[in-house]
Amino acid sequence: MVGTDLLKVEDLDVSIAGRMILRDVNFRIDHGEFTGLIGSNGAGKTTLLRVILGVQAAARGRVSVHGQTLTRSNSSVGYVPQKVVFEPDLPVRVRDFVALGLDGAKLGFARRSRQNLELVDEMLDAVEAAALANRRIGSLSGGEQQRVLIAHALVRKPELLLLDEPLASLDPGSAQEIIELLHSVVVHQQVAVLMSAHEMNPLLPVMDRVVYVANGGVASGTTDEVVRSDVLSALYGHHVDVLHVHGRVLVVAGESDHAKSMVADHPAVIVE
Amino acid sequence: MHYIFEPGFFANSTVRTALVLGLLVAIVSATIGVFTVVRGQSFAGHALTDVATAGGAGASLAVISPLIGFIGGGVLGAGAMDAIGVQRVKGRDIATGVVLGAATGLSALFLYLVTLQTSTTGSTQTILFGSVFTVSPSTLPDALWLSAVVLGALFVIRRPLMMSSISSELARTRGVRIRLIGLSFMVMLAVAVGLSAIVIGSILSTALLIGPPASALKFSNRFSTAVIFASLLGTLATWLGIILAYDSYYWSASHRGLPVSFFVVAVVVAQFAISSVFAQRRRVRVALSNERHAAPEQVGWI
Repeated sequence: MVGTDLLKVEDLDVSIAGRMILRDVNFRIDHGEFTGLIGSNGAGKTTLLRVILGVQAAARGRVSVHGQTLTRSNSSVGYVPQKVVFEPDLPVRVRDFVALGLDGAKLGFARRSRQNLELVDEMLDAVEAAALANRRIGSLSGGEQQRVLIAHALVRKPELLLLDEPLASLDPGSAQEIIELLHSVVVHQQVAVLMSAHEMNPLLPVMDRVVYVANGGVASGTTDEVVRSDVLSALYGHHVDVLHVHGRVLVVAGESDHAKSMVADHPAVIVE
Repeated sequence: MHYIFEPGFFANSTVRTALVLGLLVAIVSATIGVFTVVRGQSFAGHALTDVATAGGAGASLAVISPLIGFIGGGVLGAGAMDAIGVQRVKGRDIATGVVLGAATGLSALFLYLVTLQTSTTGSTQTILFGSVFTVSPSTLPDALWLSAVVLGALFVIRRPLMMSSISSELARTRGVRIRLIGLSFMVMLAVAVGLSAIVIGSILSTALLIGPPASALKFSNRFSTAVIFASLLGTLATWLGIILAYDSYYWSASHRGLPVSFFVVAVVVAQFAISSVFAQRRRVRVALSNERHAAPEQVGWI
């Protein structure tokens, strides 16, 4: 399979309730690549992920995996949604939740096979959550729940893992652990990762490629190719500056002093 | 034993029917109830009890089996809720409220007509608050096969139902047919409510549907454990209710027995109160244990 595009998004337009959310989106992802889907809140990142998953229809264009048009519940694509609220009294152990990643859609009387249970334990080991296996999922911390959600998505051995803002609401330490875990998944399991985030700096050390969403459009390529003043100015439709400060990237609205002062106060914020 | 089981308790065929029916209803209500509580559909469950009331009153008017009325009404109500939008979080309260209002209006009409027809309030009392001692033994086979069908169907869809109960978004991306699973569950819920209405009446069937599962969920970390625990609690409540109601006949010289439904609901509430106290104590114990094991140098998020 190496040599072909794993995921290819071509000429995609997406509109919801008559409003154009994304237009003319084109990008590709190869095997074993870590891609950051970057954009501010409301830019259309979740919508794009939902189209790739097949749960949101596109107005135009095509999404394909290995050249085949993607259908819902494609086993080659794993997904970690933005927000899953696990109530404290939800009667589900971590091990059982991960197992539902394998058989959660199956009807019938059959019990889980030993092979599947071994696969679940293997995946919990891979995300360093084996010690949590018998805990109630609602009793875990946010970072631990993210690990379990990743194991749930990986247990079917997908080639592409989509994650919608997995770092949101995590403290910086837990966020860094999740990024390292995902990088390890990319390196050791050769799974391609497409992860949305509104802040790109934590991802810079691990990101092979960036898909930058703004103003209804998308720019994609390596970080050096995309996160440049000319590219992002064209994408935003007005001038923006890209500043490099202590190894961090700041995208600043070019002609607004107010915006620059905001960045000085909140250096990790992307300002449109 | 004499103080618990009054003479003739087990020899009485009415009591035996009540005990078997109580067991079936407790198990079905508990099993469906665990999912109802986890899915946050307790209000929908309660609304179905009102729809079952309309069905039960309609059956009384039409002189057909109340079981058919309760379940038929419930299933129609479940279909109406689904059509209005009970599957969507935002539409859930609206769908439930609309069906609840319509069903209550129909119940008022049917119960009024029943009162005119029978010239007594006995039927109304039976429909609303149940009368397990008056259930004909011929109802048992129907209750048995209905219970078997509901439990069997629930077992078949248990995994997609769990997935959609945990996260509908996650379930959808795994290929679960959310709408179909949700509608199937609502129909099962309607049948469970209908069966329960026979024992403790349509109005109080919410108690058996929600109470034992809510208590069981405080101590269960698996669906299967919660179902077993809730079934045991539900059976205890139902049987204790039947025993106490039977015994209450002998408590006063006037020999006026008190209703089963009152005792069942009283036991359910007591179970919930006791389990809440134990769950709270356990939470405190776990929190203290976590504090003792926390690394002293752990930095908090300021």
